[in-house]
Amino acid sequence: MPALSELIVGQQAEVLAVTGEPALVQRLYEFGLLEGETVEFLGRAPLGDPIEIRLGNTRLTLRKAEAAGISVRIV
Amino acid sequence: MLTKTLTVALVGNPNAGKSTLFNALSGLRQRVGNYPGVTVEMKKGQFTAGGLTVDLIDLPGTYSLAARSPDEMVAVDLLLGRRPEEPRPDVVLSIVDATNLDRHLYLTSQLLDLGEPVVVAVNMIDAAEAQGVKIDCTALSAKLGVPVIPIQANKGIGIEALTQAMLAAAEEAKAPVGPAFPEAFEKEVTSLQTELGADVPGFLTRRLLLDVGGYVEAWQVEHHGQDLKQKLAEARQRLADAGHSVPGVEARARFAWVRAAVAVGVTRPAVRPVAFTDKLDKVLTHRVWGTLVFLVVMFLMFQSIFLWAKPLMDGIDGVREDIAKGIEGNMASGPLRALLVDGVVKGVGSVLIFLPQIMILFGFIAFLEDCGYMARAAFLMDRLMSRCGLSGKSFIPLLSSVACAVPGIMATRVIENRRDRLATIVVAPLMSCSARLPVYVLLIGAFLKEGYSSWVPGLVLFALYMIGFVVAPLVALVLKRTLLKGATPVFVMELPAYRRPKIFAVLRRMLEAGWAFTLRAGTFIFAAMILVWALLYFPHRDANGESYPNRIEKAEEAAKSNEDKLKELKAKPDATDDEKAELEKLEEAAGQADHLNGEWKRSSYLGRTGLYLEPVFRPLGWDWKIGMAALASFPAREVIVGTLGLIYDVGDVDTKAIGNDDADEEAKEKAAGLAKAVKDDWSKDPIRSKYGVAVAMSVMVFFALCCQCASTLAVIRRETKSWAWPAFTFVYMTVLAYLGAMVTFQFGSMIIDAMG
Repeated sequence: MPALSELIVGQQAEVLAVTGEPALVQRLYEFGLLEGETVEFLGRAPLGDPIEIRLGNTRLTLRKAEAAGISVRIV
Repeated sequence: MLTKTLTVALVGNPNAGKSTLFNALSGLRQRVGNYPGVTVEMKKGQFTAGGLTVDLIDLPGTYSLAARSPDEMVAVDLLLGRRPEEPRPDVVLSIVDATNLDRHLYLTSQLLDLGEPVVVAVNMIDAAEAQGVKIDCTALSAKLGVPVIPIQANKGIGIEALTQAMLAAAEEAKAPVGPAFPEAFEKEVTSLQTELGADVPGFLTRRLLLDVGGYVEAWQVEHHGQDLKQKLAEARQRLADAGHSVPGVEARARFAWVRAAVAVGVTRPAVRPVAFTDKLDKVLTHRVWGTLVFLVVMFLMFQSIFLWAKPLMDGIDGVREDIAKGIEGNMASGPLRALLVDGVVKGVGSVLIFLPQIMILFGFIAFLEDCGYMARAAFLMDRLMSRCGLSGKSFIPLLSSVACAVPGIMATRVIENRRDRLATIVVAPLMSCSARLPVYVLLIGAFLKEGYSSWVPGLVLFALYMIGFVVAPLVALVLKRTLLKGATPVFVMELPAYRRPKIFAVLRRMLEAGWAFTLRAGTFIFAAMILVWALLYFPHRDANGESYPNRIEKAEEAAKSNEDKLKELKAKPDATDDEKAELEKLEEAAGQADHLNGEWKRSSYLGRTGLYLEPVFRPLGWDWKIGMAALASFPAREVIVGTLGLIYDVGDVDTKAIGNDDADEEAKEKAAGLAKAVKDDWSKDPIRSKYGVAVAMSVMVFFALCCQCASTLAVIRRETKSWAWPAFTFVYMTVLAYLGAMVTFQFGSMIIDAMG
């Protein structure tokens, strides 16, 4: 099961599980990043971290360490 | 006529257009509300509608009511009517972005649980339509159970209907019903409520259960003891076993409810169109192009705080000088005139001088935030900043501090996380600001120019600038590991859609920043200026009881009356011995005023303090005069140039003339005279003559690291709302500066000794 941080640009994936610090998990949920949602990997910052994803009509940026706790299934 | 007052709280996600709606509703009747114990400010506005006065409170933008810090808790408490300063809101106005309805309605669903009437304003309805999204507000309203009004806040469309809806909702005063949670959850809430008692509102009991490690948990556990923590853990475990683990249970319940409503009220195109933002982001967050654009934007911003501000600052300074001259021409000399000219006018001038830089920087920040680029800047710079324990949001404040720490510290408002913000504020004054430059140029010019290769001065200047760039991240790292230790803050951030910024909103932010600085920080800067002036002015009589200002004036008059004679003698090639003797006498008389001024300052209270503290300055290689000049520069670093001028008997030296080829001849001559006077004075003394370079370096390192800047301290006080942080900043920087200067001198003198 790959983590969200391991995707390559342009890939879409379904979120399977969201783990991490309670505050982080709660914030991700508040943004609507729930299990079962589909996200698109848009790219990385010039220095390789953080990453940018699209969730519905929202573009989010999160650090690789934060994205590492989100396991996904590539669709 | 008796007018009733209605209190309305405006709540919304960041980027929902909250400020625009706030301005559209309340116009110019706004003020800033402060809340003790927290660093957040909330704007309050007032307007009248239907014969009622409406008090509108603009709460900070938030994604949720799950409070994790005291700052976030203020907003929740305010909404629940638990703050003594504000009445419980009659209506909660929830603003949502039409292009991002699902996510924004999540917060709305939390607002419905507060038990107060809620009105939803769907903003940017035009942008949604452009994307092919159709919103049926009547259907949406029926599903959500609260009024839903379409608006375009930036064009003022729908504001009237919104006002009417608010009045009607307040009249009806009906508590809405939010999404239903699983029964197992409600059961846990009920039993927890019995435990806590009726003092804790149901809303907070739910938050206690939902927000693991949140503010409500910390607060209630402190109140009820570890026992409660155990009970909470058990309750959360029971929920997890039943398949309703927190915080997922909340997100699922709310999003299911939101989506059910949106399914009825919103029609979307089958295929999501590629938006303008998608295309622009391909460039602006691109590895190469994004970095390039970022560098250009930062360069422009930096140049503008440096260059555009300069003519304005010179203008302010010019006016200040004119006023000072006007007073001098119309008043007899004495303590009162001196207070007005050197204390009051200088003090006011030194406050106003910051306004151009502050306002230009805030213009940039408002522009970048409004158009959506600010989040991209943080995205691009995050990796770099995370190395010193900060986030990408600290980059712009720190970069701005290279021009001046005062606007830089004010710019830290873009950082939501309190610990990150404090760390950034505390290290911002370490960045080499432009006020250090005169000190560097003066001393480099005096000691490191003649007899050195032409690249030496530039290299030394570069090294001095690097001190700040190296030390600031290190101090930030240490602070984040000690004093400001805590869990790594959540970085997850929205990259909002690009939008055209509104000029009016940008201007408004510039003015607000200028006002806030002048009113709150200005008073302290002013007081510091007056204090240091007084310490340098008094006692103003010599040992015979004669007033120094009078003596100086007389000496100046005497010098003036002999000016022609002096010139004539100077120009004479074949002067007789008598004439030569007279020339010498006249030259001495011409320097008499500056000499008296020096004697006066040296015997002032500040001068005496410097003398008394000489042993403290010795390890740095300084004599009491340097120490005194350093003390006198507390209001602002560059003041040291003027003070050195006075105590080395050169008279008033204009700081602006240091290293400035455009300055007028007389000012340049004075500046050159100061460099020479410093050199001459040091050459008379065994330590400073031998180790002159080491002493000069020690002074410069001290000024690179110290916080001799009352304005910086005042603005830290203003931004942190506490004296503890400016005190901490001053102490740690002064200690750092002292140690740095000591190491520099000791090491430097060792090298000089070794080289023989």
